[in-house]
Amino acid sequence: MQGISTADKLVVPEDTILYVDGVNKAFDGFKAINDLSFYVQAGELRAIIGPNGAGKTTMMDIITGKTRPDTGDVIFRGDIDLTEMDEAHIANLGIGRKFQKPTVFENQTVFENLELALAGKRRVFESLFFKLSGREADHIDQVLEKIALAEKRNWMAGNLSHGQKQWLEIGMLLMQEPDLLLVDEPAAGMTDAETMKTAELLKEIAKDHSVVVVEHDMEFVQALESRVTVLHEGHVLAEGSLETVQKNQQVIEVYLGR
Amino acid sequence: MAQSMKQKTVLLGFLLNDRGGQILLGLLAAAAVLVPICNIFVPESSIFHVPTYMVSLLGKYLAFALLALSVDLIWGYCGILSLGHGAFFALGGYAMGMYLMRQIGDRGVYGNPILPDFMVFLNWKELPWYWYGFDAFPFAMLMVVVVPGILAGVFGWFAFRSRVTGVYLSIITQAMTYALLLAFFRNDMGFGGNNGLTDFKDILGHDIQEDGTRIALFLATVAALALGYIICRYIVSSRLGRVLLSIRDAESRTRFLGYRVEYYKLFVFVVSAMLAGVAGALYVPQVGIINPSEFAPAVSIEIVIWVAVGGRGSLYGAVLGAFIVNYAKTYFTGALPEAWLYMLGLLFVVVTIFMPKGVVGTVPAFKDLKKKDGTSLFGKSTEAAE
Repeated sequence: MQGISTADKLVVPEDTILYVDGVNKAFDGFKAINDLSFYVQAGELRAIIGPNGAGKTTMMDIITGKTRPDTGDVIFRGDIDLTEMDEAHIANLGIGRKFQKPTVFENQTVFENLELALAGKRRVFESLFFKLSGREADHIDQVLEKIALAEKRNWMAGNLSHGQKQWLEIGMLLMQEPDLLLVDEPAAGMTDAETMKTAELLKEIAKDHSVVVVEHDMEFVQALESRVTVLHEGHVLAEGSLETVQKNQQVIEVYLGR
Repeated sequence: MAQSMKQKTVLLGFLLNDRGGQILLGLLAAAAVLVPICNIFVPESSIFHVPTYMVSLLGKYLAFALLALSVDLIWGYCGILSLGHGAFFALGGYAMGMYLMRQIGDRGVYGNPILPDFMVFLNWKELPWYWYGFDAFPFAMLMVVVVPGILAGVFGWFAFRSRVTGVYLSIITQAMTYALLLAFFRNDMGFGGNNGLTDFKDILGHDIQEDGTRIALFLATVAALALGYIICRYIVSSRLGRVLLSIRDAESRTRFLGYRVEYYKLFVFVVSAMLAGVAGALYVPQVGIINPSEFAPAVSIEIVIWVAVGGRGSLYGAVLGAFIVNYAKTYFTGALPEAWLYMLGLLFVVVTIFMPKGVVGTVPAFKDLKKKDGTSLFGKSTEAAE
């Protein structure tokens, strides 16, 4: 009941694409998320950092419908309550998620991976009688160019390098034409050159999408040149530009100083 | 890519890349022509003569091959390991058996024009309501697919919606077929108890023992297997087939792409159950009996062994496996009856350890086949060299 009454009073500014407010989630008494609130503007690129166990993955799970919060609001595009929906529904609303461990479909080609992620057409019988249109094929070609995998379109995805799998997965996100991309540690396990290329790719994508990036790697976050939110024990510790949060005494104590 | 897109516009174009399937369909066509000729026109003294019992034996293998195909569709392509598919096979068989029982009419031992013998024996006075309509062939054939389809639909709806996967799903499919085994053993179920349904006389007005009827049943089974293969190949080459592979390899990732995994599983599970039902309906008139032993958990496990031996995830491998194992079974239960079960167990162990991809994925001639048709699912290196 409480959820409904707060939702009635809730006024979310129109340009807020993701509104997370007062969210709590406990697992067996352990508070993974503790009164978490943050807001992402439409078109914004946001980096979220925090030490292990800060609740970053749980936060992603809550936004994408894998985990239901105990209390609090998660509102998408000003008026869509995400806390009552399942993964497929939220994905079709326009929220794409990239996992920390690259999960592409290894036994299918790069092209087929992108085709599977193509926006729309998710019903069983639509899939059974699906034919790729010229416009859709062009869209796949564009994304292949963007993620620098055009040459490898007929490769089995399982044969790609780690970095290429990460880009393929980002490409799959783009195919879904989401309004909001949630990207979990895209630079993990990448070489320095790949890391910088990934940062460029995400900045490019952020020109016409809202992007939330969860990351450990400070150089990578620096390269993103975005607003930074620091999480600690399921709560927002600080928010601002990277220089500001790096100077924050609390942040230094719990995270950066270690 | 452009080339394969062009091919899709041709009718049955999805078979153009499928060498193994073309060979299978060619062999089936050859069998459909040669077996009747060698049975009817070649004199019995010739070594090319195919006796009628052999025609029915081949028909039985073909029905098993269709059953194996149905299991490969869900196991090889969607990772659903059903250890209860014998139940759908048996239900299709019972639907056919009920039709055949009604055709006996007053020629039974007790001469009752309506009631089958076992009901007279149990002192039943009238036909149970669920036997109504089975005297009509079209209705019975409809039930052959509808009854397994509904059971699979209801069972799958609860299992997939609750996200029951892996070994847990396999266990509850075993429980399902075991529960049906116990139910069909009961006389008061009205399906003939442990004797099942047998002593069939006619099918569509033709004597079921006659050579011509046996040939017709064989040809019907060839046609059903060919059609079943084409349906399965169409499904796995469509975009839906690629979603099934995605579910098999990374189920939760598929959900985050926005696919409702449970509906996809439900669809393919129901199609598979219907194919198994058709296989059962073709099996029963050719062996002349259906009884509850078909529901036994061991029967369902054996089907999985056929597919594993042939090689899962290729469709034609399942057909091959069904033939290899059942031919071996026919031979060894004749030559060394007490050794057969040990050999079956050993075969499964050997295949699992030394040939995890089955005959199709291990024997060089078949491996080339898979490479050429580009349907390789488990090998990673085949496409990368390009």
